[in-house]
Amino acid sequence: MKNYLKINPGNQKASRAAFGEALVHLGEKHPEIVVLDADLSVSTKSIGFAKKFPDRFFQMGIAEANMIGTAAGLALSGKTPFLCSFGCFVVGRFETIRISIAYNQVNARIIGTHAGLGIGEDGYTQMALEDIALMRSLPGMGVLQPADAIETQSMIEYLAGHHKGPVYVRLTRQNLVSLFNEDYEFHYGKGVLLKEGKDVAFFATGGVVYNSYLAAEQLEKKGISPTVVNIHTLKPIDEELIIHVAKSHKQLVTVEDHNIIGGLGSAVSEVLAENGIGTPLLRIGVEDIYGESGTAEDLYEKYGLSSNKIYEKTLQFFQS
Amino acid sequence: MTKSAQTSELYKKLETIARDLRILALKMITEAKSGHPGGSLSAADMMAALFFHTMSHDPKNPLWENRDRFVLSKGHGCPILYAAMAKAGYFPEEEIYTLRKVNSRLQGHPDHVRFPFIETSSGSLGQGLSVAQGMALAAKLNQKKYKIYCLLGDGEIQEGQVWEAAMSAPKFQLDNLIAIVDANNGQIDGHTRDVMDLDPLKKKWDAFNWDVQEINGHEFSEILTALDRAQLERQGHHKKPHMIIANTVKGKGVSFMENNIEWHGVAPTSQQRDKAIEELLKD
Repeated sequence: MKNYLKINPGNQKASRAAFGEALVHLGEKHPEIVVLDADLSVSTKSIGFAKKFPDRFFQMGIAEANMIGTAAGLALSGKTPFLCSFGCFVVGRFETIRISIAYNQVNARIIGTHAGLGIGEDGYTQMALEDIALMRSLPGMGVLQPADAIETQSMIEYLAGHHKGPVYVRLTRQNLVSLFNEDYEFHYGKGVLLKEGKDVAFFATGGVVYNSYLAAEQLEKKGISPTVVNIHTLKPIDEELIIHVAKSHKQLVTVEDHNIIGGLGSAVSEVLAENGIGTPLLRIGVEDIYGESGTAEDLYEKYGLSSNKIYEKTLQFFQS
Repeated sequence: MTKSAQTSELYKKLETIARDLRILALKMITEAKSGHPGGSLSAADMMAALFFHTMSHDPKNPLWENRDRFVLSKGHGCPILYAAMAKAGYFPEEEIYTLRKVNSRLQGHPDHVRFPFIETSSGSLGQGLSVAQGMALAAKLNQKKYKIYCLLGDGEIQEGQVWEAAMSAPKFQLDNLIAIVDANNGQIDGHTRDVMDLDPLKKKWDAFNWDVQEINGHEFSEILTALDRAQLERQGHHKKPHMIIANTVKGKGVSFMENNIEWHGVAPTSQQRDKAIEELLKD
């Protein structure tokens, strides 16, 4: 285990940037890939593909619902569309995703960038904080969130070629610390162990996986043995791993830059409850409130998602 | 036979088909005890023209790659689509009586996954034109000649997404996209004029830069002329998507249903069905 791990705080990249680069790379190999954007290609990073493959890029303007329906029509005609916008804007057109993409079960890849409080200064209206909850509720919809650039690349490569059915991919605006080396391979639906302990286990997803890892290191200094699991696939969630970890630890913590309702905390709770596992669980995330403007660092401190705050909350939970 | 004799023969044939489609739609809605007769009957003549004259398709090879695509954006009108598909031979006619029943492919609104010969699921209004646009883009990318037909309701185009697609299809020069509005002036809560006025409808689509034709949606001479015109290849950089505004009568062909909004989404009793069929056969 862990031969794929290479945590390097000096090496950082936003998952949206890794996505954009991966698309350019994959465009050559997969002629059926088409890309749509709603006037945010500079921000979602689909612009690289747009420049290299202008005939397969569709600028849809500020009209997300039409982008979603158009992507569905392309997918119904054998294409693999990646449709890109901020997570809140694209998922906000839920009803169109629900019928045109999900109910049709087409191979569309919905890319939602600028996830969570981590976008910082733009404030709540641009923050996707309920998107996982909405996308998880659609039958057959995969819900993915990578934790670093390497994982993003491997995930997008998988989605370009093999996967059947619709998927929502949640990406960050902010840079993420590199966690993996080039040997890392994404496996749909499988959690990834970053640290193995026996006392408290973190299940974390996306941009806060690294913060959870740092919190775990602080706990170790207190003599507590933590486990850290990266949940890149929120649906279908890795039930087997969650059950195994839950049964072998005293306490569990979920960490996500998303409302604690409907996201990772809910998904893990469902697995525990349905399997009769009573291991105590702490859900760290946005506590059913709206976000606000501020630097990402200040917001993570205020809303409890900085490594320090994760450490403090977990320690308190562990000692309670 | 002279050309005009041939033409009138064709119109007569299509009129008979349209009548049969109306009868099938009424039969299946009555059996299902729910459904939308008004908007099924108003679209019957366009459906007859599309499925039995204009479109290239092959019921024996339903997923033929080069088939023309038909998107029923006004999904609640699906009884008339099922009628056309059954009559064309996509499935056995007796299956229409499974409409809206558990385990049927013939869902209350079209379902692409349960019934892949239907090009897309629809029924949540306002989405079909965007989906048809995606199909038209794919056809262009693949250098295919097939056309994409999309039938919308007039009430339906109150949805904002329709106008997003109205903006984008001309941008992409999708002259392979042929949209038809079944302008029957009725929607659940009343006359479109009272619920949310659509006028001036033609001017709106003109302003969005579509090639617009306005016709009587029950006259085969006008329907076929408009559909033929929409097939013509244009040269140069002014390729436009096509919009046919078909003025129709809700409940067309059944006297007690015509222009009566009560029949938007109510099934006839078996006595009403028999009376309606009797009227249709008399014409």
